[in-house]
Amino acid sequence: MVTTTPTAPALALPAAHGSCPFDPPPAYDQAARQGAVTPAELPDGAFCWLVTGHQEVRTVLSDPRFSADARHPGFPFLTPGRRALAVTNPSFIRMDDPEHARLRRMVTKDFLVHRVDAMRPGIQRIVDETIDRMTAAGTGADLVTDFALPVPSLVICLLLGVPYEDHELFQAQSRTLLDNRATPAEVEAAQRGLTGYLTELAARKRSHPADDMLSRLAAREDVSPAEIAATGLLLLVAGHETTANMTALSTVALLRRPEQAARLRADPELLRGAVEELLRYLTIVQSGLPRVAVEDVELGGTLVRAGQGVLAMLSTANRDERLFGAPGEGAADELEVSRDARRHLAFGFGVHQCLGQPLARAELQIALETLLRRLPGLRITVPEDELVFRGHSVVYGVDSLPVAW
Amino acid sequence: MQVILDQDRCCSSGQCVLTAPEVFGQSDEDGLVTLRRARPEPGLYPDVRLAAVLCPGGAITVEEATGTP
Repeated sequence: MVTTTPTAPALALPAAHGSCPFDPPPAYDQAARQGAVTPAELPDGAFCWLVTGHQEVRTVLSDPRFSADARHPGFPFLTPGRRALAVTNPSFIRMDDPEHARLRRMVTKDFLVHRVDAMRPGIQRIVDETIDRMTAAGTGADLVTDFALPVPSLVICLLLGVPYEDHELFQAQSRTLLDNRATPAEVEAAQRGLTGYLTELAARKRSHPADDMLSRLAAREDVSPAEIAATGLLLLVAGHETTANMTALSTVALLRRPEQAARLRADPELLRGAVEELLRYLTIVQSGLPRVAVEDVELGGTLVRAGQGVLAMLSTANRDERLFGAPGEGAADELEVSRDARRHLAFGFGVHQCLGQPLARAELQIALETLLRRLPGLRITVPEDELVFRGHSVVYGVDSLPVAW
Repeated sequence: MQVILDQDRCCSSGQCVLTAPEVFGQSDEDGLVTLRRARPEPGLYPDVRLAAVLCPGGAITVEEATGTP
């Protein structure tokens, strides 16, 4: 049966986290139990559909009848800051094909599986040196600022050709861009700051090219300076914030399940699968991927009308018991490092699926394996309820993680 | 089993190469999916089917043989 009339009151977005910091906000879970597609209300009062089922999320993200272009009327914005960003930012994440494919394909080359495999020894060296610095400085540290953030920042800086010495500037501005509490003026200022920085850098690369991605982009005649800056901004922000938060949160998740950490230490072969399970279980892009229907679409028994916004909730899709609740593997809301989690949607789905996923996988595999092996006594030094989780950010994580070893 | 690619739909996510490296590759030129073998051995069928399911762009089609070869 196709229903067009919402039968339940619209859920107010964004919803707050509950007592378990690793589970999606309870309101999203509850929506998922009501159905794969449920009505919701954005902070600006606009109606949108919350899409929570695994299959339905895949459809929204891969069917061209749902557009990622924020210029379409009805496109859903979770905050006024997100609206401000989408209107001024020509990054390919907010475009449809063929415009999207033209820009994306200019940077795919550096993220190919065999290229990333060739980077593994370099990533291992960065991870080892970061742990060396951390352990040389004392017997305890903040795992976020001393390990989880520097590792992917150093890697993406090398790849893009951004001087790591500038990391404080781009890390602070990235954080503002992803913060749901930031005002439109703050978001615009952060975006202007980063865009200006990258435009200037690209101009220098044009006259003094090096062997890096920004130099290759700057040398092209078929891409505008605004497109170079927007592409660089996307890769810089996505390249460090996501992996940093996955590394820190994964560490918390493994330390509170010591038997799972012990299994990984005993059998590093499990690491690849465990990283997929951590990606599924944590799903750090928690506030949903926005799309707008450009035609009427029947989705999970609901008629989504042209011009209606939808939010594809990766976090609930990754807890969908129809897929991740197989007997003997533990329930979908449990971390189980030996589960086959490869169908998770933590990197999204469809043509916008994360371009950097081979790099993210390599960084997470190397960082977590090395951390577990080199610091067997690693422990969190504050009670879990004192950890500050980043429920206010597009990218979920933990602000600070005091540890000792 | 026969594997058919639609390179126009490829978004170079690398899922196919990670899942079935014996069957899929990525072009060094433009990053698009390439086929190492169009008719994989039966032992590779499960990985190839999973690669088709995981492909975010829907670029991989698997035609299962019907009847005796």
